[in-house]
Amino acid sequence: MAMLSFERKYRVRGGTLIGGELFDFWVGPFYVGFFGITTLFFALSGTALILWGAAIGPTWNLWQINIAPPDLSYGLRFAPLREGGLWQIITVCAIGSFVSWALREVEICRKLGIGLHVPFAFSFAILAYVTLEVIRPVLMGAWGHAFPYGIYSHLDWVSNTGYQYLHFHYNPAHMVAVSLFFTTTLALSMHGGLVLSATNPGNGEHVKSPEHEDTFFRDFIGYSVGTLGIHRLGLFLALAAVWFSALCIVISGPFWTGAWPEWWGWWLNMPIWRS
Amino acid sequence: MAEYQNLFTSIQPVGPLHDGVPLPRGDWKRSGKPFLVHLFGRLGNAQIGPIYLGALGVASLLCGTLAFNIIGLNMLASVDWDPIQFVRQLFWLALEPPPPAYGLSIPPLAQGGWWNIAGFMLTASLLLWWARTYRRARQLGLGTHIAWAFAAAIWLYLVCGFFRPVLMGSWSESVPFGIFPHLDWTSAISLRYGNLFYNPFHALSIVFLYGSVLLFAMHGATILAVSRFGGEREIEQIVDRGTASERAALFWRWTMGFNATMESIHRWAWWFAVLCPLVGGIGILLTGTVVDNWYLWSVKHHVVPGYPHVVPAVVDPALLGGK
Repeated sequence: MAMLSFERKYRVRGGTLIGGELFDFWVGPFYVGFFGITTLFFALSGTALILWGAAIGPTWNLWQINIAPPDLSYGLRFAPLREGGLWQIITVCAIGSFVSWALREVEICRKLGIGLHVPFAFSFAILAYVTLEVIRPVLMGAWGHAFPYGIYSHLDWVSNTGYQYLHFHYNPAHMVAVSLFFTTTLALSMHGGLVLSATNPGNGEHVKSPEHEDTFFRDFIGYSVGTLGIHRLGLFLALAAVWFSALCIVISGPFWTGAWPEWWGWWLNMPIWRS
Repeated sequence: MAEYQNLFTSIQPVGPLHDGVPLPRGDWKRSGKPFLVHLFGRLGNAQIGPIYLGALGVASLLCGTLAFNIIGLNMLASVDWDPIQFVRQLFWLALEPPPPAYGLSIPPLAQGGWWNIAGFMLTASLLLWWARTYRRARQLGLGTHIAWAFAAAIWLYLVCGFFRPVLMGSWSESVPFGIFPHLDWTSAISLRYGNLFYNPFHALSIVFLYGSVLLFAMHGATILAVSRFGGEREIEQIVDRGTASERAALFWRWTMGFNATMESIHRWAWWFAVLCPLVGGIGILLTGTVVDNWYLWSVKHHVVPGYPHVVPAVVDPALLGGK
């Protein structure tokens, strides 16, 4: 049931970080573990609170449901449930479930005897989330600076926050982050495309080898990073994109309150231009 | 406890450099003598070169260089040929498309004509490079997946700089060449058409952009994690599944109840990356041609939340009918 043909021999005991063998079991395809239980607890609590927030809100329209953080006047204090308190508890649940999920990944890695690269990478996503919802609001002194939970409402938050700094595209860290997002997507398309083109070469052709892959990229742009290197490059680009995204928002407000286009004044006013 | 995690190559064995698999008859010879760069070898292959130029490559580079120089010289002219001001103001300088009065006609060179020529040369360069991408793959007996992914990016480029301006009836709708100027264009089109965040195709495009980054982080990390079992030899794992594939698949199956295969993950990757510019291009093509204000469009389709009225109602000036 729910097991792949080769799966049984991999389902071994051990590798847990906490709880010994108490939660060392699977449900269907899912591994549980201590952190599976905590993930479930936080995820279910958070989802229930979101549903509650939607129920006491004005709409059940999926696009319009909005659970907002407390008003700025509450600062960093607790707010009544209907006034943003729900948002505060949901945020705790979200962080709890994300961290639990990462630790559950660590346990699965240990069980399979593989490297810890995936939970390490996921921790960057958690960092970005915590930067937006905790670190920046704390630095700015109010939970009201965090983004709300809602499909269109979080887009409005991004738009409004961007225009608070007049033109967010001029934020240098945002420029780097966007460039990295585009570069990662470009690299992904080329990696996916290269592997597919070697294994699906068309009618009458044999499946090709990594020598063909390397040759194609050397012919094409003079360099092939190689089968191992592309996965390092892709992971690095993706994590750098997330890192600079977190950086570009945490400097907006706590460290730069003006318009981002004005930030570039230092460059225009450097003494070296005088002559 | 301490375990080796594959991050960088610590020992680089050096063998004879590889010139590449043989090219079919009729192709040019490869150019450049391959050499090694130690730092590159820390990350991936240390070998640089050789490269295949070919008629398509040379033509593409010529057109691209021409476009690059036309843009640069126009920027230099805009600061009265002062090289110091050119460097100082480089990020602010632009080669702008013609003003709206010219519509789709060809304006004088100084009124945007250079923009038309640079755009034509850049487009020619990209299309020639596309043909080269296709041809290099076919000459080595590979599929043409990279060329078709590249075509998706060219589609977005052509929508921004050609298809949409033609539908709008004016080159002035197009994107200027320049660092800050093209960012200004992006902001301006968003503001003029009621905030692009309310454009569902823009939203989808961002989903695929973030999704691509997520997928590459997941895939890159997974392969590195199983590299101790030879997981980076993906083609071999695809045609003859080994324990690396099995562990990679089970990691995700146990984590989220679902897994790709060593081949299908690359199909997910290709489609996510391709759909980003593909749906993004649709979103831009509809902006101003079919939909004049994405916010009002979203109100009409009941997707924007109602906010408390803290400011007096504002009538969209575009709806007043004034010119």
